[in-house]
Amino acid sequence: MTDPNTPAAAPETLFGLEEMELNFGPQHPATHGVLRLKVRVDGERIVDAYPIIGYLHRGTEKLFELHPFFQNVPHTDRMDYVAAATNNLAYVGAVERLTGIVVPPRARYIRTLLSELQRISSHLLWLATHAIDIGAMTPFFYTFREREIILDLFEEYCGARLTLNCMRPGGQPYDLTAGWTERCAEFIEDFPSKIEDYEGLLTENRIWKKRTIGIGVLPPEVAMSYGVTGPMLRGSGIQWDLRKAIPYEAYDEVDFDVPVFYNCDTYDRYLVRMEEMRQSTRIIAQCLDKLPEGPIMAKRPRVLKAPKESEVYFGIEGPKGEIGFYIVGDGTPNPYRCRVRPPSFLNLQVLPEMVRGQLVADLVAVIGTTDIVLGEIDR
Amino acid sequence: MSDTENQTPEEKAAAEEKAAAAAKAKAEREAAEAAKPAWEKDPVVPEWQEADGDSLVDALRASFGDAIGSARTFAGDLVLVVDRASIREVCRSVKEDHGYHLMVDICGAHYPEREVPGFEVIYIAYNFEENRRVRLKVEVEEGAEVPSVIPVWTGANWAEREIYDMFGVRFTDHPDMTRILLWDGFNGYPLRKEFPVEGIDTGSAIYPEYYEEQAGPVAGSGTGWQPPKEEEPEESDKPDGE
Repeated sequence: MTDPNTPAAAPETLFGLEEMELNFGPQHPATHGVLRLKVRVDGERIVDAYPIIGYLHRGTEKLFELHPFFQNVPHTDRMDYVAAATNNLAYVGAVERLTGIVVPPRARYIRTLLSELQRISSHLLWLATHAIDIGAMTPFFYTFREREIILDLFEEYCGARLTLNCMRPGGQPYDLTAGWTERCAEFIEDFPSKIEDYEGLLTENRIWKKRTIGIGVLPPEVAMSYGVTGPMLRGSGIQWDLRKAIPYEAYDEVDFDVPVFYNCDTYDRYLVRMEEMRQSTRIIAQCLDKLPEGPIMAKRPRVLKAPKESEVYFGIEGPKGEIGFYIVGDGTPNPYRCRVRPPSFLNLQVLPEMVRGQLVADLVAVIGTTDIVLGEIDR
Repeated sequence: MSDTENQTPEEKAAAEEKAAAAAKAKAEREAAEAAKPAWEKDPVVPEWQEADGDSLVDALRASFGDAIGSARTFAGDLVLVVDRASIREVCRSVKEDHGYHLMVDICGAHYPEREVPGFEVIYIAYNFEENRRVRLKVEVEEGAEVPSVIPVWTGANWAEREIYDMFGVRFTDHPDMTRILLWDGFNGYPLRKEFPVEGIDTGSAIYPEYYEEQAGPVAGSGTGWQPPKEEEPEESDKPDGE
């Protein structure tokens, strides 16, 4: 859409000054990784922006074709590395649908627990960095305090804090350790009051509101035609959540609401994510209550082969939007083709639409609100 | 048979009873097997099924005729094969007439071993009202171009660029048909099946003024820099058996 080499229709320039082209990133701390933006500015106003990606490309989709289904789970950890559990779940879910494996209930509940904890931890990281980008330092210390507890829970469950590798096609590799549920319940009981703290710092903060209300407006029709999903879509007034629309794991057995806000701006997307953390807390509490006993691994072949000429698409609601896997099987133990549908890739694409006509300082706020992870965009 | 003829009535009755007991035990075993929860049974592998009665398929066949090829479902997903030339119009109809507003994904796949070797471009769209996904597939031969669907879904831009980057499939009327993840001038399409996993010579082909042919850095082997060789130890220093 936006070709950086041919100037767009020339807008009014101030005092006859020429437009300037700036490189924003890839080493800029506010770009959350290695995103590079070519920004054309007229004074402080952004005329156009052109994202350049690929600095973190590792060929993950090629690697998937090399390894058997069971060995591919760790590759998924390294895509969206702040939300490894939901990546795992999308991959193993796709493999299970491809091969017809049914997962036992206890494993489904453990998966739900882990993905909701992961959603909270991802949103906490988002809140910390988003607030720091805009200039609020304090929320960073508060959110990382709680994120640490969640990472400890992950560490206790599977030994890893970030690249969890905590799910397998067919079920869960480990059962919950003794006392895990109590520690998780303790955290969940405490956490809503922590959300109050964050909101006390930001929601009615005048500076925060000045910096976010009316910034980065994304109308719903634009969001849909760009394939934007997740909190970005719900902040644009579309109440759609894959956990409700096409329930997977234990989401049809728990009660929760899908928050939606209608002003389509950065502030509303902030409110959506804050509300989502509350809903995640509710889901976790119910899962802990209902956690069934029983096996955690389904009967599955030792070497898992996909049927010949089979293909499946399975998408789940990750913290950033719909993360999906399109897997083609050819009768061998390896996937013939494994395509990842990364939410950040499609969410980032809409960024030029959101920053046109805004100030350069707001560009940072808009990058923060899209909640991108470059490991997933570049794969 | 002779056994049964020679049997006394008592023996006959006993054998029948035995057979009945065995049948009953077998039925019980089967019932127990059937009553087992799904996760303790062998996985039921999904199969392709024809989807001719589907309302979306019928409507599309009515408006596009032969442009719609096979329509099948696998594991509950509807998959339509569409003629390459009319994919944009089919996508437009799917979006505007049938309500598939959300573009979920567009991706490619390479099939060099088919009768007509080539690629597939897969379009996944989602309908909010019917809560349903549909997959449209286009078969593309080497060198052929696919009409871009950016006029239908603006978000197709990057997805199509990625397919070009990874497979070398080009899209007509695309405003910015450049590489997206790899750098400009990369001489290969990594997700093609013949592309080596260990990488290719990324030096001489791109920077002929700096590197001789086949002498540039090769992906997967670092920069090509070698540490200075140390003098080899004498024979007598080596342990036995080497």
